[in-house]
Amino acid sequence: MAAQVKLVQSASTRILGSRAWLLPGLFLCLLLLGVLLLWSITLGAADITPQVVYTALFHYDATQFDQLIIQTVRLPRVLAGVIVGAALAVAGAIMQGLTRNPLADSGLLGINAGAAFAVVLAITLLDTPSLSLYTVAALIGAGVAAVFVYGIGALGGGATPLRLTLAGVIFTAFISSITTAILIQNQETLEQIRFWTAGSLAGRDFAIIAQTVPLIAVGLGAALLISRQITTISLGEDVAAGLGQNTLIVKLVAALAVVLLAGGAVALAGPIGFVGLVIPQVARFLVGADYRWIIPYSALIGGMLVTLADVAARVILRPLELPVGVMMALVGAPFFIYLARWKVRR
Amino acid sequence: MAERRLRPTWITVRLHHLPVSFKLDRRVPLIAFALLILTVIVLVVSINYGAYNMSPLDVVQTLTGTLPADHPNARNFNLVVHTFRLPRILVAFLVGAALATSGAIMQGITRNPLAEPGILGVTAGAGLAAVTLIVAVHDVPLSLLPWAAFGGAMLTTAAVYALAWKGGSAAPVRLILIGVAFAAVLGSLTTFVLIFGEIHDVQQAYVWLTGSVYGRNWEHVRTLAGWLLILLPLAFVSARSLNALNLGDEIAQGFGVRVERQRAVLLVISVGLASAAVAIAGTIGFVGLVAPHITRRLVGPAHEGMLPITALFGGALLVLADLISRWVLAPSELPIGIITALIGAPYFLFLLVKYQK
Repeated sequence: MAAQVKLVQSASTRILGSRAWLLPGLFLCLLLLGVLLLWSITLGAADITPQVVYTALFHYDATQFDQLIIQTVRLPRVLAGVIVGAALAVAGAIMQGLTRNPLADSGLLGINAGAAFAVVLAITLLDTPSLSLYTVAALIGAGVAAVFVYGIGALGGGATPLRLTLAGVIFTAFISSITTAILIQNQETLEQIRFWTAGSLAGRDFAIIAQTVPLIAVGLGAALLISRQITTISLGEDVAAGLGQNTLIVKLVAALAVVLLAGGAVALAGPIGFVGLVIPQVARFLVGADYRWIIPYSALIGGMLVTLADVAARVILRPLELPVGVMMALVGAPFFIYLARWKVRR
Repeated sequence: MAERRLRPTWITVRLHHLPVSFKLDRRVPLIAFALLILTVIVLVVSINYGAYNMSPLDVVQTLTGTLPADHPNARNFNLVVHTFRLPRILVAFLVGAALATSGAIMQGITRNPLAEPGILGVTAGAGLAAVTLIVAVHDVPLSLLPWAAFGGAMLTTAAVYALAWKGGSAAPVRLILIGVAFAAVLGSLTTFVLIFGEIHDVQQAYVWLTGSVYGRNWEHVRTLAGWLLILLPLAFVSARSLNALNLGDEIAQGFGVRVERQRAVLLVISVGLASAAVAIAGTIGFVGLVAPHITRRLVGPAHEGMLPITALFGGALLVLADLISRWVLAPSELPIGIITALIGAPYFLFLLVKYQK
């Protein structure tokens, strides 16, 4: 079989050297995220000052046009970005910890493609485009895809990074070709879906956010709950079992969390890749190998990154708009190449 | 045991006047013969199938030109066979042969049984270039697409290879991982470009992206045949160094193979084959993955015999897939790439289970 691939990871090198810095650092990230949010709300076709943003948020007056824009267009969009970023980043962190695979990501492992397929199928078959339909379909699709890809990756003697990546790529190729088959036969669905499949935050409203937030919240909660166990498993399954851990239950909870997080994110914004790949690496770089810290940091930094990517997506080609999924691929792929080129040892 | 020593499992082939000698697995001639017969049958059945009814005998007679001149339907038969059906079926055959050989080489170089031409971003590069052209130019003529696709594929592979090159070597692991990254980013850009297209163009692009041999004509056959005539013999000649590379860089070096050079040469051949196929018929997946596996089981891993058999088998497989794609939803037809995915994915599953240790 192929060469074993290992990422060179040294747990001791972290930016926040002392443990005493970890909690303040988290608050700093939260603060940064808040500032970023406000700033990104002010950006857009209409110039809006931070003061107006403040009034719109805390003393909302629906008769004011600017405040209306903020409440109905920009705020939902920015919130959606943060939620999606946090969800995907944490899903990535869990997968990387669980599989000890630095290249795990819901996009590369076919989970996003699976969710997209399920959504397309649901729209075509049921013919009633409702928000809850998107969400349920995406969840089911994400779940099936996750189990399937991990299953076939792990079957042949351990899920090495290379095997998992290949299984993910081939699953993606397969499932997208079926998605395409449906779209070719059905122009109406194609028209409805094609912007969504690129991954976009445009036009999200509070209704769909309200649909997905509970799922993602449960996923985040579960992730935090088992973060200590993930740290143990990330040292090796034998180690975890030796320490008396019930690895099966941990893995099941983790898989459930991944499906809730990735499925919810896909339902909200379409398939966005690379967030789950990049962010956990950055978080690990900051706080070391302890998933009790990696997971909250990933959530916050993921939120920041997607917010930033969405700002860039809106600004770069103004007045045109890049889908945030494309933006993330442009940022994430070089990072992936960097990992593959410099950090993967045989 | 004694009998086994008497009957070696290989055949040594030596030419008298040329300094050429190589070993073939003993199963090769028989399998090649069986495959040839199978291919002919599939070809005839495939040509036979369609809205216009004709008997298999008519097909054979039309093909071989032995149709009686006074046959009442002679003109119709000639039109249907030579203009409508034969070109697309030949394109399917050639594309299958190219993709299968390309996949076999790719699996040999990367020493990974799960590699396929798309893995180095070849397909994604071709896809982005072609889709951009389809969307940017309204109702783009089919004849322009191959060039765009070919350029895109070549550029992408060059970039992947350059980025995987480190410390005097392009290690297979890096090639695959970087190829995957490229495939992801190019695929995402393709989706992005599709957003801007008119819905009609977008649908055309989707058909192309899934792979289709619909409406291909003799010009396509000639172009593809030209490429294959150059690249396939080169591939067959390189079979021996591929055998060595397949054992690992160090061992290959021990055999006296110039590892990096041979790998680059084989990569160019493989990518050339894949891009030519993709350029003509769009991104047809899974043939390059599945065909080499099956033939490896049939005739063993030595590439001298395995590569030609793979080419033949891939061709027959794709002709069959084309037949199915016309038959399933007749009278409308599915893109052939969907059929190959439907056949290939379950096989892939079987493969992964089989490699269980």
